[in-house]
Amino acid sequence: MSQSAVATSQAAPEICFDGVDLSLGGLEILKGIDLEIRRGEFICVIGPSGCGKTTMLRLIAGFHRATAGAVMHEGRAVNGPSPDIAIVFQDYGKALLPWRNAADNVALALEAMRVPKSQRADMITGFLGKVGLADHAQKFPSQMSGGMQQRLQIARALAQNPSVLLMDEPFGALDAMTRQTLQDECLNLVENMGTTVFFVTHDIEEAIYLGDRVVTLSPNPGRIADIHTVNLPRPRNQLTTREDPEFLRLRRVLFDFIQGH
Amino acid sequence: MSALLSMRGLLVPALLLLGAEVLVNAADLSSNNIAPPSAAFAALLRIMLDGTLFVSTGQTLLATAMGLAVGGSLGLVAGILLGLSRTASRLMTVSLEFFRPVPAVALIPISMLVFGFGYAMEVAVVAFAAFWPMLIYCKGAIEAVEPQLLEVAQMLRLSYFDTVRKIVLPAALPRIFVALRTATGIALILGVTTEILSNPQGLGFAVMSAQQSLHPDNMIANIFWLGVLGVVVNSGLLWLQSRLFGNAGRPGGGR
Repeated sequence: MSQSAVATSQAAPEICFDGVDLSLGGLEILKGIDLEIRRGEFICVIGPSGCGKTTMLRLIAGFHRATAGAVMHEGRAVNGPSPDIAIVFQDYGKALLPWRNAADNVALALEAMRVPKSQRADMITGFLGKVGLADHAQKFPSQMSGGMQQRLQIARALAQNPSVLLMDEPFGALDAMTRQTLQDECLNLVENMGTTVFFVTHDIEEAIYLGDRVVTLSPNPGRIADIHTVNLPRPRNQLTTREDPEFLRLRRVLFDFIQGH
Repeated sequence: MSALLSMRGLLVPALLLLGAEVLVNAADLSSNNIAPPSAAFAALLRIMLDGTLFVSTGQTLLATAMGLAVGGSLGLVAGILLGLSRTASRLMTVSLEFFRPVPAVALIPISMLVFGFGYAMEVAVVAFAAFWPMLIYCKGAIEAVEPQLLEVAQMLRLSYFDTVRKIVLPAALPRIFVALRTATGIALILGVTTEILSNPQGLGFAVMSAQQSLHPDNMIANIFWLGVLGVVVNSGLLWLQSRLFGNAGRPGGGR
């Protein structure tokens, strides 16, 4: 990275929505979105279904182009998908390559990043180790549980060495215990790597538990209703954090918001 | 295969054969009309022992395989190209829809004029017949690739070539194999049809000449053998499919 690029990236927010409107097929999906996401911040987005949460994520991913305004990544307009912005898709069953085993699924990211073959094996072991799949490198997705498949998707995302991680209801399909484990693992990973996270969820408690800030969206068309700063100490703890008065206060506020729609 | 060979599964065919045996004998049909199963099995044993059955089997299988190789591979390539390119697909639709409804059997007279009797004319007809299912199903297989996998490719900024090679083709492969199975069945039918209608070789011709020389036992033996051949070929392909793709071969599989 050149000197000037470093300067830009430190000055500019990691992600910036600047007066973004988005219409798809004549339908207004998002209206007047303004949001700045700091480097290393964990942003959670909640809202009733159809409010444009996933669409916001897809704008950052570069799958949609803003109809008006701009989405900026490190000071530059996002003009298409890039490995620097990794996505963990909601439906892991459709996002992994069923014909490749765990190690080779991670290898796909490394191949795309043009990592020399000789270095790949060690890196794959490292990434699989980070998500607790070190002993399952040879398993195919069809031989893994939902939680393991979602871990594998996270490992592939990490292998892209992204500055931003987009997660679209990644734990929604998992059972409660697996979800809590993955929440904690996910927090650990992104904290250690300093990754900025944009996390879409429909689970109020998950949003508070994970986020530095929680963005609420209203539907028709999707716009930002409110932004709540989560004043809860890190590292978060599944028991004490969830019993914290601030957690309960936010839970009530967000619950009332969702009920209101 | 195991279901096919289970004792309970064999009960109904055995009863049917027995019924046929009794009926034909009771009706006292003369042997130049229809033969009882026992006579057909005797004839089957005879043509096995004198080797004629295997000569005609070899001819039919060779012609079918060559036709499938030619038509199937052309259909495979065309189907993949049309599946990948919407523009190519739009350009070709009218031409393809014009030729597709032509029944392959209608080409037998033309093929006979051009190639005469022998392998070439049969291969040409089989190739035409195998081309279409291969084209249609392969195009469908490419178009049915999970859109999210393509988004993964976009996110990783894979080149077009790498996207096709690493994502699209492997993702479509189980369905492409189903296309091959369908095309193989059709190829076998058209190979035998060509032999029955005009080409003097193979199992189809054996059936026809047995019928015309008033050997119904021999005719039924050959027809029975064709059934066995169909079952063996299909079971072999099914076995290969589950070996190659496992769950991913089934619709909605690969989870």
